[in-house]
Amino acid sequence: MDKLHGGSTQLFIGLHLIHEVTSPQAFAALKDKGLKVLSPERTFATVDHIVPTTNQNRPFADPLAEEMLSTLENNCSSHGIKLYGLGSGKQGIVHVIAPELGLTQPGMTVACGDSHTSTHGAFGAIAFGIGTSQVRDVLASQSLAMNKLKVRRIWVTGQLSEGVYAKDLILHIIRTIGVKGGVGYAYEFAGPAIEALSMEERMTICNMAIEGGARCGYVNPDNKTFAYLNGRLHAPKGKEWDKAISWWKKLKTNTEAIFDDEMIFNGTEISPTVTWGITPGQGIAINEAIPCPEDLDPADKPIAQEAYKYMNIDPGTYLTGLPIDVCFIGSCTNGRLSDLQAAAEIAKGNHVAKGIKAFVVPGSEQVAKEAKRIGLDKIFKTAGFEWREPGCSMCLAMNPDRLEGSQISASSSNRNFKGRQGSATGRTLLMSPAMVAAAAIKGEVTDVREMLLQKENTISN
Amino acid sequence: MEQDKVFPSGEIKQIKGSCLVLKGDDIDTDRIIPARFLKCVSFKDLGDQVFADDRIEMKGSHPFDINKGSSILIVNCNFGCGSSREHAPQALMRWGIRAIIGQSFAEIFFGNCLALGIPCATSEKKTIQEIQQEITKSPTAKFNLEIQKLVFESPNKSWNLSMENGQREMLLSGRWDVTSQLIDKENKVQSIKKNLPYLTNFKE
Ligand code: SF4
Repeated sequence: MDKLHGGSTQLFIGLHLIHEVTSPQAFAALKDKGLKVLSPERTFATVDHIVPTTNQNRPFADPLAEEMLSTLENNCSSHGIKLYGLGSGKQGIVHVIAPELGLTQPGMTVACGDSHTSTHGAFGAIAFGIGTSQVRDVLASQSLAMNKLKVRRIWVTGQLSEGVYAKDLILHIIRTIGVKGGVGYAYEFAGPAIEALSMEERMTICNMAIEGGARCGYVNPDNKTFAYLNGRLHAPKGKEWDKAISWWKKLKTNTEAIFDDEMIFNGTEISPTVTWGITPGQGIAINEAIPCPEDLDPADKPIAQEAYKYMNIDPGTYLTGLPIDVCFIGSCTNGRLSDLQAAAEIAKGNHVAKGIKAFVVPGSEQVAKEAKRIGLDKIFKTAGFEWREPGCSMCLAMNPDRLEGSQISASSSNRNFKGRQGSATGRTLLMSPAMVAAAAIKGEVTDVREMLLQKENTISN
Repeated sequence: MEQDKVFPSGEIKQIKGSCLVLKGDDIDTDRIIPARFLKCVSFKDLGDQVFADDRIEMKGSHPFDINKGSSILIVNCNFGCGSSREHAPQALMRWGIRAIIGQSFAEIFFGNCLALGIPCATSEKKTIQEIQQEITKSPTAKFNLEIQKLVFESPNKSWNLSMENGQREMLLSGRWDVTSQLIDKENKVQSIKKNLPYLTNFKE
């Protein structure tokens, strides 16, 4: 829009998403300053972080969680903001529902007080997480002060093999570039392997761009993007739809564009990837040994040492066969229908190993409904998984779902930081939903490709 | 009522005070303020909860327990990575931190700090290590961070730091609080709303 004092640029925000955790202080600040919400019609709210996934009756058992939700409800109703609340049929994790409702569209600028807002970049939107002061700014002015980002194109050739998913690809990319590698950058994901991904898979990739340090990630919109949006609640309809398509088609990155940086990956070479440490960059291919300190870049050594100790994992050993305690399938990274389908494919006809707590948390009420319609809930329940209500659940410890003591979890979420899953000594291994399901069945970390192979053999025999 | 007046306001030219060294790369916001403390509708109690889990684990020997009253925090690489929660800089600020110096900062964290009036200055590894050593040698000494010249001074030494000009300008002029600048442009925002295809039902 305009240059601001200090050299940053004022950026208009086309879609502002809010939730219960990072908005209350922003509304309070507005009130203190006597400001109004400038564009309530471009602001949408839901509740996700603090909701329990077992009993969602109000008032919540946790009075703090109840206070947060009622504060959000009051703020939304007094400022005329649409809230997709519990039981509305449209509630869910903010990054799952906005695409699902057709709110996220190509070419939009999207902001939300949550770092995984990068998810929405899958639609060719510029979407990024902001802090609470910025939530206040967007509420007050529908705009933000931003610094210009550099663009790195991540070109992925080939195609992902059987048993290898979008999650593996992004874990592989982060492990290669490092958790700081993206600082100052927006990531453009492109190339044949990216084009071949479904919209849900593209969301998984963009979702975790932030874990690689990038401010946002995006994929150029194409026919898959349009097909996904067609008919969704907030998507344009009729004549407007046709006009929208022609506008959206113009948004593609110019073929002669020059990038600040470019990297190439070969999708065909990627194996299921799992983190062994305490940052999303500490990942390895499932058939690879945990790196030894002497193999590491000197800069990565201290954090690796910290990780060996915290995770109680020895360098040079393998993750396969490592017993686990908890299996979590869900989150804004991998809580969409296709994620649950991939996991269900593994669960079907198998049973969760003894002593393992395994549960599935759909990313939204719509995902839950659709999953039930095609019988995924039954498959999971028969296989010994718990089937829960939608929410952020064990991705982070703001609701009753959490690790205890030094439990180790196989998790389809996005962060393996110390204490992330609610216990100060709890340990997290990040992996794809299918890998989590496989771990649940075996009771230990395992290569999902072997299970898929066995399945194929039994079918063909 | 909170005593907001002790927080940064107006022009920020200089931060004086004792320092606290927190070593380690990639210290994420989950560690600065564990997620369970995000269950609040006000930031006011966060000061006591900063680094809660690390402090419990270290039973009183954590730098944030030993160096109470410090106002300048010295860190290493990629400080503040992870979640975008502003609770992290809020917790640091409410504990008493008024400036942070380190090798590098995570972007969202950096922006959140600036929005609160907390300068984050950087320098290369060697300089940071020297500063850290100097503080360990004389833990009670008062240091001085000059924003205009971007120097950091101990009673007997000084180091050059960096910060983008724009950000330095914002601190010096007191315009780090951008809300008012943004609101001033309301007319422009309204005209964009009338012209952006996706807000006008693609009528062109
Ligand atoms: S699922 Fe996890 S990462 Fe995603 S919004 Fe919820 S808490 Fe954040």
